[in-house]
Amino acid sequence: MRMDLIQPFINSADAVLAQGLESPITIENLTMDEEAYRRKGIAAEVCLAGEIEGRIIFDVDLGTALQLASRLAGVAVSETDEELVREAVCELANQIIGNAVTTLNDQGFHFHVRPPTLHTSEQGSKSSEDTEALVMGFKTSSGNVFMNVALRYQGRGAAERTAAAG
Amino acid sequence: MEKFAPVTRSEDGQPVRYLIVDDSVFARKNLARMVETFGGQVIGEAGDGVSAISEYERLSPDIVLMDITMPQMEGIEAAEKIVRDHPGARIVMVSSVGYQENIVAALQRGARHFVQKPVKPEVLYEVIKYVMRDDGTTAHGAAGAAGAGA
Repeated sequence: MRMDLIQPFINSADAVLAQGLESPITIENLTMDEEAYRRKGIAAEVCLAGEIEGRIIFDVDLGTALQLASRLAGVAVSETDEELVREAVCELANQIIGNAVTTLNDQGFHFHVRPPTLHTSEQGSKSSEDTEALVMGFKTSSGNVFMNVALRYQGRGAAERTAAAG
Repeated sequence: MEKFAPVTRSEDGQPVRYLIVDDSVFARKNLARMVETFGGQVIGEAGDGVSAISEYERLSPDIVLMDITMPQMEGIEAAEKIVRDHPGARIVMVSSVGYQENIVAALQRGARHFVQKPVKPEVLYEVIKYVMRDDGTTAHGAAGAAGAGA
């Protein structure tokens, strides 16, 4: 997978999580994954269409989700507030992915982002050679956050853009 | 959350009335909490562009905070339709997707300003004061607003 498509997601996750949690974030791991995706807890999926196609899954375990939701809402959120916790995870995914999409669009990639949806199945489809997934793990003060990014560049003039970018 | 000098309508001293449009309930609640710290009053919420138009017609808010990426009808299209029928409508786009093309499209179709998510309260506060300024709205003691330097 092209790193110029991935880097904005790393930068955005770092910036959005650090701002929202008011504490530093560290990247724990970065691995390629060709196996079927397995959900870890509460997961939000955002699909992209256009010159860049694919999907990003933002995934956290329940304990981390509760802490993130409480932190972002400014009030203690309990397990009984299931809807609020899911909404918080979706909104965080929306912010991280939206900021990365902003960077990519300003770099000249043209594509559309769809609203986040809750990823409810335990297992996703297996990645193909074209859409192998990159799994990013971030360590935050509220727990570990995972992003599974599977994107494919579809646009014309890729070679020209790469050359122009140096 | 930080304290801000209340922004009120100069003609009657009443709180600025907001319509918040976002498909995320969580985002709407957070924005509502934020504008309440500015002394504002949330008079309505909507989860998509179609509902935003009908709620605007019903409530005539002083200001609309409008997300862009939403189901059914996106925020930019909803803003365009509202401004077409209500040229004085004050709409601030609030979205995580803030690339130039999107911002220009929103402004060309009648939005007054754009704020990127995650929203910093001090930034939104300054934008609201700016957007309302020409329309006779005042911020009492704004110079003392905590963190309002953006």
